[in-house]
Amino acid sequence: MNQNEFVQLIAPFKDKVFRLAKRLLISSEEAEDATQEILVKLWTKNEGLDRYNSVEALAMTMTKNYCLDQLKSKRASNLKIVHDNYTDREPSLQQKMEDIDSLNWVEKIINQLPEQQRLIIQLRDIEQCEFEEIAKIMNMNETAIRVALSRARKTIREFMTQTHRYGTH
Amino acid sequence: MEHTKIERLLEKYFQGETSIAQEKELTNYFSGSDVAQHLEQYKPLFGYFSLAKEQTISREIQLKTKKSSFAWLSIAASVVVLLGVGMYVYTSSNPVDAHEKLGTYTNPDEAFKATQKALALLSNHVNTGIGSVQYIQEYDNSKDEIFTK
Repeated sequence: MNQNEFVQLIAPFKDKVFRLAKRLLISSEEAEDATQEILVKLWTKNEGLDRYNSVEALAMTMTKNYCLDQLKSKRASNLKIVHDNYTDREPSLQQKMEDIDSLNWVEKIINQLPEQQRLIIQLRDIEQCEFEEIAKIMNMNETAIRVALSRARKTIREFMTQTHRYGTH
Repeated sequence: MEHTKIERLLEKYFQGETSIAQEKELTNYFSGSDVAQHLEQYKPLFGYFSLAKEQTISREIQLKTKKSSFAWLSIAASVVVLLGVGMYVYTSSNPVDAHEKLGTYTNPDEAFKATQKALALLSNHVNTGIGSVQYIQEYDNSKDEIFTK
C-alpha cells in the first residue's frame, strides 16, 4: 500500500478518530496530536492491515487505548487537562444564544461522565455504531455496553431535568 | 398521538434498548419544530449529538513523523562521531609507526658508533655555525680600540 492509498483508506474515519480522542482528552490540540500519532502507527503497520476485517474498528480501538494511556500518564504526573476550548460560535440572537448555551452545557455534562461511559455515548449516540461494533472496540459484551449506556443516558437526563439552569454549570 | 410514541421511545432510549433506527427517529423528532412542551427539555441533548458528529479535524495528517527525521539525525551524528574517533586513532597511531620504521640497533658497539657519528655530525654543523659568528668578534675588537682611550 502506498501513501496515497493509505490516505484514502483513512479518509472516511479520521474525523471519527479525532472526535473519539477529543471526547476523552477534551482539548482539541491534544486530540489532534493523538489522531496524528494513531494514524502514523496505523501507517507503520501497513502490510499487516490486510489481516483485519475492519481497519476502522482497529483504529477506534487503538484510539481508545492510546487516549486512556495518555490520561493515565497525565494523572500520574499530576497534570490537569485544561478545559478551555469549548468551540466559539458566532454571537447571535437571544434564542440562538440560549440554544448554544444549552448545547455547550450538554457537552459539559457528557464530559464529566466516567471515561468508559463517555466512550460509549460517543460511539453510540454520536457516531451511531451498532452494539456489536462497540462491544468489539470496548472489549466488553453487549449487555454490559447496554447497561453502561443506560446509566450514562440517565445521568445526563438527571442533570438536565433536576438543575435545569443553563449556563450556570 | 406521535408524542406518546416518542415518550415510549424515550423510555426505551434511557433503558439502552433502542435500535439505531429508533434513535434516528428521536433525533428527527427533536430537530423538528413541533416538539411537545413537556419534551422540550430533551431538545438540546439530541441537538448536541447531531452537532458533535459534524466536528472534523482541522490539521493535516503528516505520515512522515518527526521521529523518523530524528532517527536520521542520530544516524548522521553517530557517523560524525565514528569519523572523529577514527581520525583520532589514525593520526595518533601513525607517529608510533614512524618510530618503529627508524629501526633500532641490537649490537651495543654498533649503537655506540652510530651515536658517535651522529654527535660528530652535530658538532660539525655547530662549528660551521660558530665560524660565521667569528665576524662579530671583529666588531668587538674595533669597539675596544675606540673606547680604551
